[in-house]
Amino acid sequence: MIWQLDLLILLLVVVCALATITVKDLLSATIIFGVYSFLMCLLWAEMGAVDVAFTEATVGAGISTVLFIAAILRTNRRSKD
Amino acid sequence: MKQRLERATGQHPGDSPIIKTSVRLLVPFVQLFGLYVIVHGHYSPGGGFQGGVALGASFILLALAYDLKTSIRHFSEGANAVLANTGALIYTGVAALCAVMGGLFLDYSALDKLIPLGPIEWRSFGIFLVEVGVGLAVMSIMVSLFWDISSGGEMDEGL
Repeated sequence: MIWQLDLLILLLVVVCALATITVKDLLSATIIFGVYSFLMCLLWAEMGAVDVAFTEATVGAGISTVLFIAAILRTNRRSKD
Repeated sequence: MKQRLERATGQHPGDSPIIKTSVRLLVPFVQLFGLYVIVHGHYSPGGGFQGGVALGASFILLALAYDLKTSIRHFSEGANAVLANTGALIYTGVAALCAVMGGLFLDYSALDKLIPLGPIEWRSFGIFLVEVGVGLAVMSIMVSLFWDISSGGEMDEGL
């Protein structure tokens, strides 16, 4: 564990989380959410939880991004609120 | 700009030979990696769930690069339903068989009475059987989730 690297990734995770809930375009929000998942995966792998990191990389960054994009295809791309 | 837009709407969006060729080359390796993760689930990180998701992602990748029909042609809806149920049945079957053979639910060492391999070997082999069941179920459910969401349940055209 390198705490400087942890802190850097954690900072980026918080930035991505805030960007996901503030961005109006839902497709952009989905892509930023994928980046968030991938950074969480990096953080977990760096802290030694390789199994959790693996799950996050496959489900969080892989499948859920695709499912969100497929759901956006069926609705409006712009957020109303 | 308008001309480009018309040309883009005329064909399937994302219809590029580079993407199609690279996906065709990539899908077998993704599936091989998924099988590796399932089989090595009890020694190393990974397991039935992660390997199943990787296997399902390979079919989703096929559907994204080509279209939904190609994905359904390679992995039919009937096979999907059969594999999902078989996976769940393997999991619960192995678990219930342990209980029937006199052990606890999911206590694989009880299967030693059925085929004598030794309780320690059965603990290793039983978790492998369960991982295979979980992998099959997760793969089928991920693929059918994507099919249903991307085509709105119609299964005719989608992403």
